[in-house]
Amino acid sequence: MKTTTILKGGRVIDPANGVDGVQDVVIVDGRIERVGGAGPMPKGADVIDVAGKVVCPGFIDIHVHLREPGFEYKETVASGTRAAAAGGFTAVACMANTQPVNDNRSITDYILAKARSEGVVRVYPIGAVSRGLEGKVLSEMAELAEAGCVAFSDDGKCVMDANLYRRAMEYTLPFGTPVISHAEDCSLAHGAAMHEGVVSTELGIPGAPAAAEDVMVARDILLAEMTGAHVHIAHLSTATAVRLVREAKARGVRVTAEATPHHLVLTDEAVRSFDGNTKMNPPLRGTRDADAVLEGLIDGTIDCIATDHAPHATSEKEGEFDHAAFGIVGLETAVAVLLDRLVRPGTLALPTLVARLSADPARLLNLPGGSLAPGAAADVTVLDLDARVTVDPKQFRSKSRNTPFAGWQLTGAPVMTIVGGAVVKV
Amino acid sequence: MAWTRKDLLTMRDLDAAEITLLVDSAASLEEIASREIKKVPALRGKTIVNLFYENSTRTRTSFEIAGKWLSADVINFSASGSSAAKGESFLDTAKNIEAMSPDVVVVRHSSSGASEILARAMRCSIVNAGDGCHEHPTQALLDLLTIRERKGHLEGLQVAIVGDIAHSRVARSNIHAMRKLGMTVTVAGPPTLIPPFVGELGVKVSHRLEDAIRDVDVIMMLRLQQERMTGGLIPSLREYSRYWGLTLDKLAAHARPDVLIMHPGPVNRGVELSPEVADGPYSVILDQVAKGVAVRMAVLVLLAGSKAAQA
Repeated sequence: MKTTTILKGGRVIDPANGVDGVQDVVIVDGRIERVGGAGPMPKGADVIDVAGKVVCPGFIDIHVHLREPGFEYKETVASGTRAAAAGGFTAVACMANTQPVNDNRSITDYILAKARSEGVVRVYPIGAVSRGLEGKVLSEMAELAEAGCVAFSDDGKCVMDANLYRRAMEYTLPFGTPVISHAEDCSLAHGAAMHEGVVSTELGIPGAPAAAEDVMVARDILLAEMTGAHVHIAHLSTATAVRLVREAKARGVRVTAEATPHHLVLTDEAVRSFDGNTKMNPPLRGTRDADAVLEGLIDGTIDCIATDHAPHATSEKEGEFDHAAFGIVGLETAVAVLLDRLVRPGTLALPTLVARLSADPARLLNLPGGSLAPGAAADVTVLDLDARVTVDPKQFRSKSRNTPFAGWQLTGAPVMTIVGGAVVKV
Repeated sequence: MAWTRKDLLTMRDLDAAEITLLVDSAASLEEIASREIKKVPALRGKTIVNLFYENSTRTRTSFEIAGKWLSADVINFSASGSSAAKGESFLDTAKNIEAMSPDVVVVRHSSSGASEILARAMRCSIVNAGDGCHEHPTQALLDLLTIRERKGHLEGLQVAIVGDIAHSRVARSNIHAMRKLGMTVTVAGPPTLIPPFVGELGVKVSHRLEDAIRDVDVIMMLRLQQERMTGGLIPSLREYSRYWGLTLDKLAAHARPDVLIMHPGPVNRGVELSPEVADGPYSVILDQVAKGVAVRMAVLVLLAGSKAAQA
C-alpha cells in the first residue's frame, strides 16, 4: 500500500526546475511523484491544504555547528536538527570543530549514527582539513570522504599555512568535495572582538580589519586557480571579498561563496549595545560591506545563504563583551529574518531567496535535494508569507539562546518542514 | 536643568547642557576641600561600592574621598584580574553586590562596555570609572573643569590630545565632551597609535608633534603603555620619546606661552613628558587631581540625589 501525500493549492517555487506557480505537489512513498499535471488523484491520499502558502524544495544549511560530540551542553544532533526543522531546513552540513574533532572516520560515523537515531533532518558531516584543526598535518580525508563527509573545512580557524591548504585542495580533487575556507588572516585579526571601523574606534574594542578576510579570500582564490580545486568561501562578509569572488568567477576559477543572514541585515552599529550576541566571526561589518554582500547575493556572486549556526551557553555570551564567545544561533531565525527584512521590502526576489536556500547549496556540495523533480526525495519547506512571529529565544528548539534577533517582530516564516515525505514534528 | 539619568556611563550619551550641569555642580563643591571639616551630609545613609577590576590608585582614592566627604558609606571591592580569572562571573559579582543594596556602584574594568552591562543588570546607579579603551567620563569632566577655571571658558578653545589615542578611554571621553561644548580637538601621535576612522568623530589628526601643539590652548599628553611595543605599534621607547615626548624646548619653539599642559596620570617621566614640563609652570596636572574629587562628588550627588527625589 502506497502512502500518498498531496500539498494542495500552494505556490510552488522550484528554481532547479524552473517552476513558479500554483500547483499541487504529489508525494508518494517519500518521493516526489509529480508537481502539477492532471494525473489521477490517488485514493486515500493525505491532502494538506497549503493554499496561500509557498511550497519550496527543502532548505539546506551548509554551515552549522551541531556541537556533538563534545559540547553537548551547547547543542546536540537531536536539538540542532529540531532547530533546523523548526526553521524550515530539511538538511544541514555540520562543521568539524567538535571535541574530538571530526578528523577521522570514527567521529564521522558517530555523527551519522546520531543523525540516524536522533536527527529529524538530514545531516551531512564536513571533515577537518587538518588533524585536530591544528593546521599542521592533513586529516585522513580520503577515508572521511568515504565515510560520508561532503566537504572539508577547519572552520572556526583559518589554515594559515598556505602550502598545507594547497595540498588539501590537491588531495581532495578526486573526491569532488570542496574545501570550505574560513577566510581570516589571524595575524591581522589578532585580539579582535569586532569589525575595525568607526564604531570599534568609538567603543574602544579591538577590531579586525576587512583586509583580514580579504587577503585570505585572495589567497584561496589563487590556490584554487592553481590547483583547479573548488574552494568555497564561508560566511563572506566584506565588499572587497565580494569583488574578489566576482572577478575570480569571471576568470573561471572554481570559487563559490555563502553569506549569513546576520551579515545581510545587521552592521557593526549593533555592537554599541555591548551585547555578546552581536559578537561573531567574521564580525558584523559596516553598511558598505553589508550592501555589497546583498548585491553579491542578488547577482549570484554569492551562491547561497548559510547560517553559521553557532550555539553557545548563555554564560558564555552574557558577560564582558571581550570575554564573550564568538558566534550566534541562526537556524530558527534565518528564513523569517530574510523574508521580513529582504523579501517583503522587495530587495530580494522570493524565487532568488528560495534558490539560495535550496538548489544552490545542494549544487555546491553535490547533495541530493534542492529540487522537486519527480523521483527526488520529498524534502519540502512550506512558507507562510503572512505569518507574524516574534523571535522568542525561550521557544527555541536549539539548546542555546544566543541570538541578536530576540524580540524582532517578523512577517513571513516557515510553517512546515517535510523530510522524506513526512512532516517533521518540532 | 535637572539630572534625570540613572547612570553616568559615557560622555557620548550626554548633551552639552548635561555636561555643563556636571561641571557647574563640581565647581560649586570645590570649596569643601578647603574647609577645616571636610564633610557635608548630602549622602548620609547612602552606600557607594567601588568595584575595581583594574588596579587604580588615583581614581579609586578620588571616588572614595568624594563619597566620604559627602558622608556616604564607601566600600572598596577590589577584584584582581578579570572576573573570569577569579572564577565568579562578572554578572554574578554584580548580583551579589546588588543583594547588599548599594545606592551607587563605581566600576572600573578592563573590558569596554562593562559599565553598560552592569547598568542593565543592576537597579542602582552605575558610574563608569573607566571601561577598557572606551570611556572615562569623570576624567573628561575634571579636565573640563580644570580648563574652564584656567581659561575662563570652554567654547572655541583648541586642544591637542597627544599620544596613544587608540588605547585611551580618556581621549574618547574628552573628544565627545569637547566637541559637544564647541571646542576644537586635534589628536596626534604616530599613525599606529591613532585609531582608524577617528576623523569621523569630528577631530583633526596630526602625525607631527610640532604641528599639533602650535597655537593650541591646551596640550593633553597621554600615558604610553609599555606593552605597546610588544604589540608592534612603536619600535622603542627611545624613539617614541624623541619624536613624541614633550620638552621645554619644543614648547618654547612651537606652543603658545599660555598653553596648559595636562596629563591624566600616571606620568611616564622622560617618555611622554620631560620632568621639567611635568613640574613646570605650564603644568596643571595636580590641579586635575584636586578637581577630580569635586567632579566625583558632583556625580555622586546628582545620581544618588536624583533617586532620592524620585522616591
